[in-house]
Amino acid sequence: MAARVSDERLRYARRRLPGAFVRSPRERLLRAASWSAFLAFTAFCLWWIDADPMRIWDGLGKLGWMFTFMFPPSDGGRLADLLYAMLETLSMAFLGTLIAFLFAIPLGFLGAKNVIPGWVFHIGLRRLFDGLRGIDALIWALVFVNAVGLGPFAGILAIAVSDTGTLSKLFAEAIENVDPRPIEGTRSAGAGRVQAMRFAVLPQVFPVMISQALYFFESNTRSATILGVVGAGGIGLELSDRIRVMNWDEVCFIILLILVTVAAIDVVSREIRMRVIDRRNERS
Amino acid sequence: MTSLIEPSRGETPVEAFERHRAALVAARRRMTLVGGGLFAVAFVVSTIVGEFSPLNLAAGLPKIAAYVDGTLPVLRGDHLMTDLGEWYWGIDRWLRLLFDTIVMGFVATLMGVIGAFALCFPASRNLMPTTWIYFVTRRLMELARAVPELVYALIFVFAFGLGPLAGVLAIGLHTMGALGKLFSEVNENVEPGPLDGVRAAGGSWLETMRFGVVPQVLPNFASYALLRFEINVRAASVIGLVGAGGIGEELYFVVRQFEYVDISAIVLLILLTVSAIDISCERLRHGLIGDAAVRAV
Repeated sequence: MAARVSDERLRYARRRLPGAFVRSPRERLLRAASWSAFLAFTAFCLWWIDADPMRIWDGLGKLGWMFTFMFPPSDGGRLADLLYAMLETLSMAFLGTLIAFLFAIPLGFLGAKNVIPGWVFHIGLRRLFDGLRGIDALIWALVFVNAVGLGPFAGILAIAVSDTGTLSKLFAEAIENVDPRPIEGTRSAGAGRVQAMRFAVLPQVFPVMISQALYFFESNTRSATILGVVGAGGIGLELSDRIRVMNWDEVCFIILLILVTVAAIDVVSREIRMRVIDRRNERS
Repeated sequence: MTSLIEPSRGETPVEAFERHRAALVAARRRMTLVGGGLFAVAFVVSTIVGEFSPLNLAAGLPKIAAYVDGTLPVLRGDHLMTDLGEWYWGIDRWLRLLFDTIVMGFVATLMGVIGAFALCFPASRNLMPTTWIYFVTRRLMELARAVPELVYALIFVFAFGLGPLAGVLAIGLHTMGALGKLFSEVNENVEPGPLDGVRAAGGSWLETMRFGVVPQVLPNFASYALLRFEINVRAASVIGLVGAGGIGEELYFVVRQFEYVDISAIVLLILLTVSAIDISCERLRHGLIGDAAVRAV
């Protein structure tokens, strides 16, 4: 226990610094009002989405019942098919990221303010990037499945298109933040604009680009697992099929397979990223 | 390179240097070869498994162009308003669904924030002396965020029925895991001074959290929560594809019914809503934690 403060001293402190003990009525009113407004809005939202406690209770019961069917997880005797579907998912993530990466390098340079001066072009291109990445990969997948048919090809395109926007934006920002001195150095040694990009800018940003691309490969592995839900191939298709026919033990197996694969990809990709970044640190 | 280059017997320093350099270059070349080889294998395998070929691409691209072209509305200069009205014939319904989507994003974020707030203190190494509690809460949060929202939604639609409730619970659960991790990382970087102060004054563990940690971390928590709200509105806009409510349901419906022009109308609406929320949240976040910190996140 801490030493007690005498009542007299406490009274004195209360008189001198009233704000330290109680909030002013005005402040208290304001707080009460904003909390009630917040709670009222939350209550309205809960009512709006029909979050009836009975319904939630029933749902939880059903969920528990489902859960008992999930164990032990089973591959339903089709382990090879599931593994192939997982490989398909990984292929989608890999090719989708690769294509996005290849498109994003030139687009990133074009979108950087210090490469192409003039705001009209810059703003226009940046809005295009925003548009591409503003639409979720799942929506792109839905569109591409309808355009080119079911299968992983639609998934690859969906990842490629939505990530081209994001990666281009990130690359453009990386290029805008480069150290300008190497550019001046190469320029003063007689290099042209393109040569300055190649020998002064690219060496600075390339490790960053590789590292970001790997990071996106990781996150795309996650998103590729669900693209199959709308028909774009891979493990997602298997998963949604199993849920539709309520084979919960197989659902559990597939979810575990996804978790293990994603964790493995994370580890590998983090390892490679560390190496890429290390190499850059060594050089500088 | 700091490694010392020792000239061996009968070798000039220059020769030693050249030998060392040759070894380094060879090592580098080996790395490049191995890396390139692995990349080539991954590329070949994934093109085969992913059914990706120039032929496919040549056949697919015109189809995509035709499809996208088909979704674009006819807008003529002389009766623009009529055309716009026709394009957005379902605007009342769609605005209501968009409102649904935002409400879903809000409730899911709130749910996630409450869950993450409860879990993040025991899940911070510097705040939780009991190892097993730390371990269990960490694993719980990992499990919550490792499963994609859409997978939760697929399952929850079965348990809670079609509609926004399943979507909210799915996004909320995932958010709890994702925010819990970020929150506990913030907690692990707090100044230990105030904690010691509260403890020295006789505060319990809960009081230490409330008066020592929370005042330090609240602005960062709020900023992460807003960031998550942006992400969750995006998620809510697509989670309807599996029947879990929001504008995504309508989008799935019109794509299925080949209502081409409606597709572009709805996608544009989603895009506008999401960007409007992004921009306003970013403003708020700048106000909360300052410009430099926002960029660092």
